[in-house]
Amino acid sequence: MNKLTFIIAFFGFVFLSNLAMAQAEMADAMRSEGKIYVVVAILLIIFVGLIGYLVMLDRKVSRIEKKLTEKKG
Amino acid sequence: MRLPHTSSSRIFGEINLAHHALKLWLKITTIILLAYTIVAGLLFDVPRLNIVNETIRALYFHVPMWFGMVVLFCVSTVYSIQYLRNPSIQKDINSVEFANTGLLLGLLGIFTGMVWANYTWGSPWHGDPKQNGAAISLLVYLAYFVLRGSVDNEEQRARLSAVYNIFAFAAMIPLIFIIPRMTSSMHPGSGGNPGFNMYDLDSNMRMVFYPAVAGWILLGIWIATLRIRIRNIDEKLIDLENE
Repeated sequence: MNKLTFIIAFFGFVFLSNLAMAQAEMADAMRSEGKIYVVVAILLIIFVGLIGYLVMLDRKVSRIEKKLTEKKG
Repeated sequence: MRLPHTSSSRIFGEINLAHHALKLWLKITTIILLAYTIVAGLLFDVPRLNIVNETIRALYFHVPMWFGMVVLFCVSTVYSIQYLRNPSIQKDINSVEFANTGLLLGLLGIFTGMVWANYTWGSPWHGDPKQNGAAISLLVYLAYFVLRGSVDNEEQRARLSAVYNIFAFAAMIPLIFIIPRMTSSMHPGSGGNPGFNMYDLDSNMRMVFYPAVAGWILLGIWIATLRIRIRNIDEKLIDLENE
């Protein structure tokens, strides 16, 4: 095992054990303060979806532009 | 429906594909700014005011729609002026697609405003001078597309709609920015107030509001450029068919 995988495994273990401890105390991060974080999460999902769609559309147009330029030239 | 190109439309000049794509770093900036707007806009501290309550956060989403609309209409008008000075099909396409995207943002602005007004002013349509002015200018811009749809000859359509577009922009300025300030309006910065309500804006809110405005404007420009590129491809295909 090289150093890098060891480091990743170590921090992964630390992260997971922290997560397990947090669950023992109830995972209430998303439930606090009137559940506003849930709304943030929903809006972010929609935003990521829409932007992802826009980026895909953009790339599709670029592809067609390229195809058309090649056809012309 | 696609109208056949007349021989007169050939004088319109060349279209350069891919010259109108928004720069990559601007696209990335748009995404970062808007992601920040959503998170900070909902989580950061805002002033605690009666009646408005948490809806004050709508400022980060409703108002930038109008900023975006005005910027896109302004770009559209500049292309129209350029068209009249030196006609080319590219300027006509740019002009119409920026107006198109601007209209989209304007409609989103009016609908979000109606929802907001319903819960803070008591009804969706209050006859507020700014609300009416915005609705009238949207109708003026809708008429722009009606005008375009009703002229067959491409060159005539481009010229007439360029003239009308300049008029529409000139009509929008008093309708949205001047008249509401001369009468009493429930929008901030109105009613005899010279209007830069930004100076009253809480400094915490400014940290979200300005990035939000920039982000939404950039998103509008991104969509407009995408529409322009699609139109350009369409025109190129017609060119190929005619050859």
